[in-house]
Amino acid sequence: MKKIDKERVLLAIAAPVLALVAAFVITALVLLATGKEPFGAFGTMFDYGFKSDSQVEIINKATTYYIAGIAVAVGFRMNLFNIGVEGQYRLGAFFAAAVGGAVSLPGFLQIPLIIVVAMTVGAMWAGIAGVLKTSRGVSEVIATIMLNAIALSIVGYLLKDGRLGHLDEAGTSVSTTPLPSSGHLFNFDMGEDVGQIYGFVVLAVIIGVGYWFVLGRTRFGFDLRSVGLSESAATASGVSVKRMVVTSMLISGGLAGLTGLPLLLNDTHAYGADLFPAGIGFTGISVALLGRNNPVGVALAALLWGFLERGSGRLEFEGYDKEIVGVMQGVIVLSVVIAYEVVRRYGLKRQQQKVGEELAAQARTKKEVTA
Amino acid sequence: MELRGITKRFPGVVANHDIDITVRRGTVHALVGENGAGKSTLMKILYGMQKPDEGTITIDGEQVAFHDPGDAIARGIGMVHQHFMLADNLTVLENVVLGSEKLYGIGGRARAKINEISDAYGLGVRPDVLVEDLGVADRQRVEILKVLFRGARTLILDEPTAVLVPQEVDALFDNLRELKAEGLTVIFISHKLGEVLSVADEITVIRRGTTVGSADPATTTPKQLAELMVGSELPSPETRESTVTDVPMLTVDGLHLSETDLEGIERVVLDRISFTIHKGEVLGIAGVEGNGQAELVEAIMGILPPDAGRIGLDGDEITQLPTRRRREGGIGYIPEDRHRHGLLLEAPLWENRILGHVTERPNSKGGFLDPAAARRDTERIVREYDVRTPGIEVTAASLSGGNQQKLIVGREMSHRPKLLIAAHPTRGVDVGAQAQIWDQIREARREGLAVLLISADLDELIGLSDTLRVMYRGRLVADADPATITPEELGSAMTGAAAGHLEHEDGDTGHGGEDR
Repeated sequence: MKKIDKERVLLAIAAPVLALVAAFVITALVLLATGKEPFGAFGTMFDYGFKSDSQVEIINKATTYYIAGIAVAVGFRMNLFNIGVEGQYRLGAFFAAAVGGAVSLPGFLQIPLIIVVAMTVGAMWAGIAGVLKTSRGVSEVIATIMLNAIALSIVGYLLKDGRLGHLDEAGTSVSTTPLPSSGHLFNFDMGEDVGQIYGFVVLAVIIGVGYWFVLGRTRFGFDLRSVGLSESAATASGVSVKRMVVTSMLISGGLAGLTGLPLLLNDTHAYGADLFPAGIGFTGISVALLGRNNPVGVALAALLWGFLERGSGRLEFEGYDKEIVGVMQGVIVLSVVIAYEVVRRYGLKRQQQKVGEELAAQARTKKEVTA
Repeated sequence: MELRGITKRFPGVVANHDIDITVRRGTVHALVGENGAGKSTLMKILYGMQKPDEGTITIDGEQVAFHDPGDAIARGIGMVHQHFMLADNLTVLENVVLGSEKLYGIGGRARAKINEISDAYGLGVRPDVLVEDLGVADRQRVEILKVLFRGARTLILDEPTAVLVPQEVDALFDNLRELKAEGLTVIFISHKLGEVLSVADEITVIRRGTTVGSADPATTTPKQLAELMVGSELPSPETRESTVTDVPMLTVDGLHLSETDLEGIERVVLDRISFTIHKGEVLGIAGVEGNGQAELVEAIMGILPPDAGRIGLDGDEITQLPTRRRREGGIGYIPEDRHRHGLLLEAPLWENRILGHVTERPNSKGGFLDPAAARRDTERIVREYDVRTPGIEVTAASLSGGNQQKLIVGREMSHRPKLLIAAHPTRGVDVGAQAQIWDQIREARREGLAVLLISADLDELIGLSDTLRVMYRGRLVADADPATITPEELGSAMTGAAAGHLEHEDGDTGHGGEDR
């Protein structure tokens, strides 16, 4: 019995490690093909990535990615593909910034207000896809992709001078009214040259713990997971799959709405198109895949992603194309998907074999006893 | 054909070891054994789907090694699978030539060949009929023809009678005798010992992955054969004393459901179904699969909303309640398809113990799971219901079918249901586990459990039920007294040939007039 458990852990780790190794090998081959020496590039990334200021930056990036990753993971756990984290995050961050900039309350009210607005907007936006799926059978993948485009347009429309946006003094960029100082979240100051770690990281940890607890220790979480494992069995067991789809889309969207808040509350204090990078929602998908929807796994994956992106900035200075990191990330995701499936099948088969062997052994000893 | 010392360590439940079988040409050779004993593995080895780790296969004195089914087909071995592999929207001819177009083309030559084979073995297959218009028995004959068309001289039939009613079984056996008369060899896998004895020339028994002996059908009784199979005495499904009370537990009144298919044609699936099950009563529903039994179960479980009708449980109206409330209210459910509806295959056993009862103790307290208590209770179920597993952390998928079923039965019984819906509770379950499941149903019945039993196994139905109903095209068309009815009589009602109250032909007439 013990042995099976140990093996299961080993198998769980095997897949991401396999995927990472494959990704490094393939990236090295790509680099070689372009006539560049690969180990220099990796060396540069490592050296640069492990500097203290880089590490602060990586943690900050990872905080954002982590929340996006958990938002995606909630959907994944019940076989829902929320591709719309991107739109939910932007819409949530934008309205949170607009509301936060419009009112001025004491900090203990201002920050929760911003958080609630961001989550509500994100949840509502994702909820549209959930309702469409349950009422009209629209695939949530299609719906959320379309909603992404609409979300971008809405933000683009409202973020104009005279609407909810303001032209800055230099006249080059438009952003929402800056948050009053009561809407600024604390940072962990790591020293003069090193930088500040977002205080939001604490919330990210709480989200991670909450995710683990709700899924693993509550009835609701069990229902959600059972739908993910077998919709038909869940239905027969008494779970209302439709209600579950809507609920989990709301949760996923609510978390997605939080994705922009580390940036908003800890750094930019206003929403502007160039202040909030595009693609965080999609990074969330990669991170959730790589982290296997496991709260710790997603954290590690988010850190890896932050590390790779930080490293890529440096590559340009050394004469490499920084796009190589994009190649690497793409390859990691592909390898991860393949590796998990391979390892999952192998694991199942292996366990069946083990159980068979153990039972056969039991049967033999029993027979000897009776004989 | 000879198999010597076949050993296979295969991802299953029992490793095959030291299998010795000799199959003589021109005979029907039956292979019987408990589920999970290794019959299927052996057949897969024979058909080239699996390679043995040790041992040899000899055909006509020549040692062979199969790498894939193609090799086996080339050697004249064909397999008729338990689940038919036919394309519904193609004709019989198209299905037969599919993948073997090179043999006789796809036109007149192939049609002539099909007619030739069909006539030679009395299969009665019409080449230009769409497969979707064929019944189960006809489809099976098409499968057999498909194999013969590819030149098979040895046919492996995997549980061929599981889907047939008794009359169809007899017809199949006539076909098999024809094949045998023409010098072909048939390897026949079955659970149903009576059938095996009636058709086989030789019988090999497999237990715990190895051959334990052979039997001569002329001198063996089903009981002896079963004892050889399980190594112990055979149980029977018969319920001795009646425990039926007059307290209604489940009342179904005018349940009606129609479905509209893709072409927009409305089809009545459940046609004004009404019945009552009392405390301590087992109501058996007989019927060929696909006549609305599955929908009836789902309607009672609250999975499928009916168009009309009322359902009452223990005096309470439950027509509008969601599935979970019904389960909490005391409905236990042993689903027909345990993989799709009864288990989370990739979850550990203890999580499967929670499935369906997540709101009940010991699985949860308030809104929170209680994994420790659920684990302890899973250990208890494993012990009390003899689930053969090395532990409760293994996935449900790694257990054999019978052990999965024992886990489900244990889980449902642990919540002391008022009503148990048992759909094919012993399908694909070995004889040992079957007896146990019957015992548990009987014991719970004695304590006042009401049971809705749906089964394709007519012996099981007749043996366990206090009342029998026959379902045909969504209606309860006939009823029968299990004390007097025979499987053959029940079987003809299942095909729609008889309706009303079924009387055993030479039985007394005092049973008539049951309220309908």
